[in-house]
Amino acid sequence: MIDTLRLTAEKAKGMLERKEVSGAELRAAYREAIDARDGELHCFLTLVDEDESDGVPIALKDVISTKGIQTTAGSRILEGYVPVFDSTVAERCKAAGLQLLGKTNTDEFAMGSSTENSAFGPSKNPWDPTRVPGGSGGGSAAAVSAGMAPWALGSDTGGSIKQPSSLCGNVGLRPTYGTVSRFGIVAFASSLDQVGPVTKTVRDNALLYGIISGRDECDSTTVDVPHVELPESDDLRGLRVGVPKELNEAEGIEPGVTEAVRRAIDLCSELGAEVGECELPRSVEYGLACYYLVAPAEASSNLARYDGVRYALRREADGYYEMVSRTRDAGFGDEPKRRIMLGTYALSAGYYEAYYGQAQKVRTVISREFAAAFERFDVLVSPTSPTVAFKLGEKSDNPLAMYLADVLTIPPNMAGLPGLSIPCGLSGGLPVGLQLIGPQFSENTLFRAGHALERAIGFDVVPERLR
Amino acid sequence: MAEWEPVVGLEIHVQLKTRTKMFCRCANAYATEPNTHTCPVCLAFPGALPTPNETAIEWTLKLGLALGCDIAPRALFHRKHYPYPDLPKGYQISQYDEPLCVNGSFVVPGDDGDLEVGIVRAHLEEDAAKTIHVGGATGRIVGAAHSNIDFNRGGTPLVEIVTRPDIHSPEQARRFLQLLRQTIVELGISDAEMEKGQLRADANVSVRERSEAGYRTRTELKNMNSFSHIARGIDAEVRRQIATWESGGQVVQQTLDYEVKSDTVTPRRRKEEADDYRYFPEPDLVPIEPDADLLERLRAELPESPGTRIRALVADVGFDQAVDLVATGNEHKARLLVENGLDWPTAANVAMNQLAAIDPLPENGPALVAIIEQRDAITREALMASFADSAAGPLDAEAVLAEQVVADTSELEPLVERVLADSPGQVAAYKGGKQGLLGYFVGQVMKETQGKADPRVVNELVRTKLG
Ligand SMILES: [Zn+2]
Repeated sequence: MIDTLRLTAEKAKGMLERKEVSGAELRAAYREAIDARDGELHCFLTLVDEDESDGVPIALKDVISTKGIQTTAGSRILEGYVPVFDSTVAERCKAAGLQLLGKTNTDEFAMGSSTENSAFGPSKNPWDPTRVPGGSGGGSAAAVSAGMAPWALGSDTGGSIKQPSSLCGNVGLRPTYGTVSRFGIVAFASSLDQVGPVTKTVRDNALLYGIISGRDECDSTTVDVPHVELPESDDLRGLRVGVPKELNEAEGIEPGVTEAVRRAIDLCSELGAEVGECELPRSVEYGLACYYLVAPAEASSNLARYDGVRYALRREADGYYEMVSRTRDAGFGDEPKRRIMLGTYALSAGYYEAYYGQAQKVRTVISREFAAAFERFDVLVSPTSPTVAFKLGEKSDNPLAMYLADVLTIPPNMAGLPGLSIPCGLSGGLPVGLQLIGPQFSENTLFRAGHALERAIGFDVVPERLR
Repeated sequence: MAEWEPVVGLEIHVQLKTRTKMFCRCANAYATEPNTHTCPVCLAFPGALPTPNETAIEWTLKLGLALGCDIAPRALFHRKHYPYPDLPKGYQISQYDEPLCVNGSFVVPGDDGDLEVGIVRAHLEEDAAKTIHVGGATGRIVGAAHSNIDFNRGGTPLVEIVTRPDIHSPEQARRFLQLLRQTIVELGISDAEMEKGQLRADANVSVRERSEAGYRTRTELKNMNSFSHIARGIDAEVRRQIATWESGGQVVQQTLDYEVKSDTVTPRRRKEEADDYRYFPEPDLVPIEPDADLLERLRAELPESPGTRIRALVADVGFDQAVDLVATGNEHKARLLVENGLDWPTAANVAMNQLAAIDPLPENGPALVAIIEQRDAITREALMASFADSAAGPLDAEAVLAEQVVADTSELEPLVERVLADSPGQVAAYKGGKQGLLGYFVGQVMKETQGKADPRVVNELVRTKLG
């Protein structure tokens, strides 16, 4: 009997290698879990019945193009769209023998923090199905948390891997910008989008990151990546841990979240790390505003290709412009429409310098501020999300409140930095995530720190109600 | 009456003949079957990313160097947005404020001195696809039943060259374009055939009084697809503007089409709003930083500039012939003949006439000259045939000359007399005014000699005999 709630990908891999289980048996076990729980949790948009590979199963966020398998990005405008090519990450998963279980739910075009913007309905949090799993990659996070996949891939623009991982009690990595290929990832904001792993353990996370990362000739912005090391060490000796005041004291952080994060910071000292305070005043003050100029601007450009001419949805009309207009009206939900309008405005002649241009300059300021902090520290820590999982519908009518869910994950993203979220405790019975931020290409350091803390914290990743 | 001076700047687009497209590896070649040279990248499928064609970048740099441009140490691609069905991404990847090549100049020799035309910039971009309107009367969108798009041209590399308004006559514009075209051909980066759309030029035209500083309102002139149309179009527009100013009117800024048949310009339909391309740096591509070694290599490969070569030829063949030789690419042919003993005026003449269509020239220079020296005794057809045959093997002067035609009057005279004697009716008719019968007599003689007679000589003989 395979307990998919507890089975890590690393263990599954070992069992396969030792032939204690077959790929088909593993697949069947996860399929059983999906059949049992996905009716309630709605993590999958498309299930895959058969796959050539028979290694460790995996689920992929539905912004990741999979050849021959519908890829919707959570949008009506791509409903029924079946890519003719694999994204580089899907191809690398295949090359590593991973078998695909299905495509997971996401806010439309990854725009959102709860999956409530998915055109196909929200996913639910396995810890409490009246609550959101976070977003946009809520489907991947909830699927891993509920034992419907041993691991999954998400994509993170403003926090879409880290925040749902935090809300569902998973380990989520948003890698350094440029370490994982974006080829075949339905684009939201190109200068920010980055694919990364959602897992139960830090070691699983490092394993999957090792599979998907590295230069790709199909994505000019990718670079060579240092060899990924599986973390072993239980201590943090020699590690300098910085606690950025503003990221830990921002308005809206719940007391229970602060408390769990405080305990984790104390643990850092106990594990031998040198802990000190630092400041990131401008990153936190301007990060969110800056993000909501850059991301919509790029989104307005990236979504211009959905015109009904070549693929997916088309609403017929007499002329081209009328057809495009009707197609987009029917195909895009409110959030993409909102961001297309915001972004188009921000790029318009006469506004470019004041908005997009200025925001890019602020990004440089944010990068410098982080760089200065990394002269003193190896890793910075903060809560991943200011709150634990919130109720479905609680923020869906208030875009600004929803945007604030990413206030702590956005600043490092703006600087292209890697961030790892690990569960560090519960608040009101719901998981709290600790965000570990490192300099560019410091994933190995993040894995090392995350692994030692994970051991020391001893968080049980299985939702209480499913135990 | 004021003396008016035309002020013209040109905007030129050149299709590069790279093997593959600009941002994908589809063939950059003409295809009769539509949409056969396409892929997810040039069809803008979700998640597809551009990867730059290094050769296209190199060739643009090479052209920039040939135009005396400064090469940017760091150049950027930008996204230029406009909604059009043949632009599948909704934007064109182009260059904006940081192009590859800026600030050059190109010398156009004139019989009264050199004209130096400033080059504002030369940048690299991708071409749009082709929209074909079906069911309309003229292939235009008005009245068309529907439109088809052929994406074969979509995403092919295109260089845009913008000159300063340094051109002051239609003739200068023509000569500038001819020499620019020749340079492009010699660089081997494009066939630059205007009738195939490989070289396209628009003109910005204004006029001012000779003594005037500054510029008056200009118009943009399009739809000219040969050198002479460009010269005529500019001429027509200059005349229109002068007439407008002289009648007390105002020239308004607008885009005009030149209509060849009527030799007039007609305004394009006004757009509702001014274009706002919402330029921003293409986040899917990294900046281009041309390295010094590459530039040095490219510089070493440059042919000598046409201006310099024309100046050098003036003493031998005169200004007009020098320009013609260089601008038509026949210069090297004349040079080969001269090297093999022919005098310059003859060599230039033959290169511009009998040899104009022969490309490449037979490699055997002495044989070539031997044949050319006998060219008056050989029919044009035989001459061309001998050169064409030489493509298959070495040119053998003796063999060609052995086949030479009968041009000897003493040999032809009896033949002519016999033909005339055999056709008394026709002779009478000719003498009665039917001058067209001349061809009949010549034809008969040619038949008698199996086409070997020199028709010019026969013609002359017949005419004399019929007196
Ligand atoms: Zn292509």
